Amino acid sequence: MLANQIGYYSLILGLLLSVLLCGVSIKDFNNIHKQINQNVLSLSFLQLVFVIVSFLSLIISFINSDFSNETVFNNSHTTKPLFYKISGTWGNHEGSLLLWLLVLTLFIFLFLIKSREQPKKYRILTLLFQQIIIIGFFLFVLMTSNPFNYLFPIPNEGLGLNPILQDPALAIHPPILYLGYVGTSIIFSSSLAAVTQNYVSKQWGQHIKKWVLVSWIFLTLGIMLGSIWAYYELGWGGFWFWDPVENVSLMPWLTLTALLHCIVVLERRAALTSWVVILSITTFTLSMCGTFLVRSGILNSVHTFANDPARGIFILIFLFALIVLSLGIFFLFHKENNKSSNNFFWLSRETAILINNWFMMYFLSVVLIGTVYPIFLDVISSEKISVGPPFYQKLIVPFLIPFLLFMSLGPQLKWIKSKIENKKSLIITFIISVMLAFFIIKNLTTNLLFYTVLISAAFFLFFTTLKELFIKRFDNVSQTVSHFGFSLLILSVLFNSILSSEIITNIKIGERYDYNKGEIFFKKIEERKESNFNSIIAFFEIKDKNGKTIELNPEIRIYNQPVIITSEADIKTTLLKDNFLVMNLVKGNEYFNIRYQVKTFMVWIWISVLLLSLGGIMSLFKRKI
Amino acid sequence: MYGKKVKLRFAFLGLILASVILTVFLILQSLKENVVYFQSPSEIKLLIELNKKKIRIGGMVKEQSIFINSDEVNFIITDFKNEINVVYSGAVPNLFAEGKGVVAEGFLKDKNYFTATKILAKHDENYMPPEVKEAIGDK
Repeated sequence: MLANQIGYYSLILGLLLSVLLCGVSIKDFNNIHKQINQNVLSLSFLQLVFVIVSFLSLIISFINSDFSNETVFNNSHTTKPLFYKISGTWGNHEGSLLLWLLVLTLFIFLFLIKSREQPKKYRILTLLFQQIIIIGFFLFVLMTSNPFNYLFPIPNEGLGLNPILQDPALAIHPPILYLGYVGTSIIFSSSLAAVTQNYVSKQWGQHIKKWVLVSWIFLTLGIMLGSIWAYYELGWGGFWFWDPVENVSLMPWLTLTALLHCIVVLERRAALTSWVVILSITTFTLSMCGTFLVRSGILNSVHTFANDPARGIFILIFLFALIVLSLGIFFLFHKENNKSSNNFFWLSRETAILINNWFMMYFLSVVLIGTVYPIFLDVISSEKISVGPPFYQKLIVPFLIPFLLFMSLGPQLKWIKSKIENKKSLIITFIISVMLAFFIIKNLTTNLLFYTVLISAAFFLFFTTLKELFIKRFDNVSQTVSHFGFSLLILSVLFNSILSSEIITNIKIGERYDYNKGEIFFKKIEERKESNFNSIIAFFEIKDKNGKTIELNPEIRIYNQPVIITSEADIKTTLLKDNFLVMNLVKGNEYFNIRYQVKTFMVWIWISVLLLSLGGIMSLFKRKI
Repeated sequence: MYGKKVKLRFAFLGLILASVILTVFLILQSLKENVVYFQSPSEIKLLIELNKKKIRIGGMVKEQSIFINSDEVNFIITDFKNEINVVYSGAVPNLFAEGKGVVAEGFLKDKNYFTATKILAKHDENYMPPEVKEAIGDK
């Protein structure tokens, strides 16, 4: 009760502080002092404190199961374990927006502290642009999705959190992903500030690169966590489904990755200034679009908490205003500095990075069209369609071949003007890659030529980066680690899709099912009672053709509040493969529907994404030379 | 007539334009081939000729219509006006049950029989896909 009041009024105070902050910083703008007025910093800190207080009081309401709070009532339950009571705070629409706000205010405060060497006017403008976004989100939270709505009479019990969200990976997935999403807001604000101050320069590139890296690392890890969760919790036996909601997170990742590359060009050569700014704006816009598409209920998915058109319209208007504002600023203020070296020699690091950007934009347009087209068609002609994985695979996979080749060669090039060195060793590496790919693929698949070429390209990147890691001095080790991670990712994804096998069948207790590679024996089931669910645990014995047996115990959970049945897959992970078994209940029937999968190199997909982000982390902490 | 630099720039612009056009063409082409349309049982009854393409059918699983053996699940999708028989072998989501909404993806054998390759999982008991809601007309 009390926490509710405190939370609500802190939000209002936070909004008022935003307005005050704008006033104070505008006044400070023309002040001759070199540093920002201390008041601005204190106010920004105070704003952060208020949002934290508000967020904490929501958490307290959740811990105490205070059902006089509507959000708590809708998303919590007394029998839920404490951990999920807390993670339930951001497992719903209102709470997750409060988290957005928290990260927004946190990042601008950190920005102010961390940017002391930067020009004052630029810092103040960044603060102002960020405050525009913050005010927008404050209004959005307070007007359409107040987390502190009061309920009377006070219900005795809450409605509970959707059980599939009661999961450790999903408890940390939103905060990590949001750090990435919202981190792009700083890039957005500061690039607009830099444009108005005509400060899109080497120094700015150096300074903003850290922020790009931070967002990129968190976004990568956030997407990975969501993907891991989907793999074991949804029981579809895959890690990426080209679901609109996944696509929506992939799009800013693609632009952010492009930005990460060309920010290096800016940092070294002071070139590509407009492109950097455009990418910064696009990345944030795509993050906002993601929020809009997910929150408005236009996309159907796990993430659709409630369909309230008012929310969608608010975000849409806000998004539109931000786009108009940013494009307006870009066209009014941006001056391309002609003297600089925008003409690249065709064979140089810059060109290689441009090529990377072209590919990223191509991948982006594929994902964007595949995601938006069904919505578009529904609005225009009310025809209902869906775009499936084949669309994406067909358009993206073939283009990976040149992409991987360029990725292997690009980092070998020097800035400004270069020639390809070590031709001999490159050719040898290439031949080894092709031969290796051919011998592996030969007995495996029908589409021999295509897969050989594709896997050769991946191996080529794998070996060139590996060689670089061992031979070269550690001058660009972070980049090499990331690229190595990427080659490992592609290789494990490819082998995973080629070598994995799947068996789906309906089976009764005590039955044996023979398939060409072994036997599945359904021994028995046991029932178990937990505080918030009853579970049926099945005991399976799976014998492969070598006579090796493994035991897998998938589970069906029947949650009591809300009444939802979920399947918990049982996965035995080894370095070579995952054995995955999931079981589903068909109501009123003695048959259980099971799906048994052997997923080759599954764990390497996660490891390689970790390596990818490790490269980012290393670059973040690299000492300046 | 033009300087070397201008010519180079034109060539570059041409290259960009060509690749953009190619990209758009590729995407649209592939979109045409890979789009899955959604239809209700009544819409299928109205079809004049059968389409060989993959489609989605949505509606309610008819009461008392689920029959299971070890490799197949048979059931009937209804929109309370028309119905269609579905044969399916594959993983069944937990929320698949008689009297609940369902979306099945697959191919039409004829106007009465549908071979499903996938039954879509929905995660919430109370949640009804908008397509299904529309198909059965807000019952």
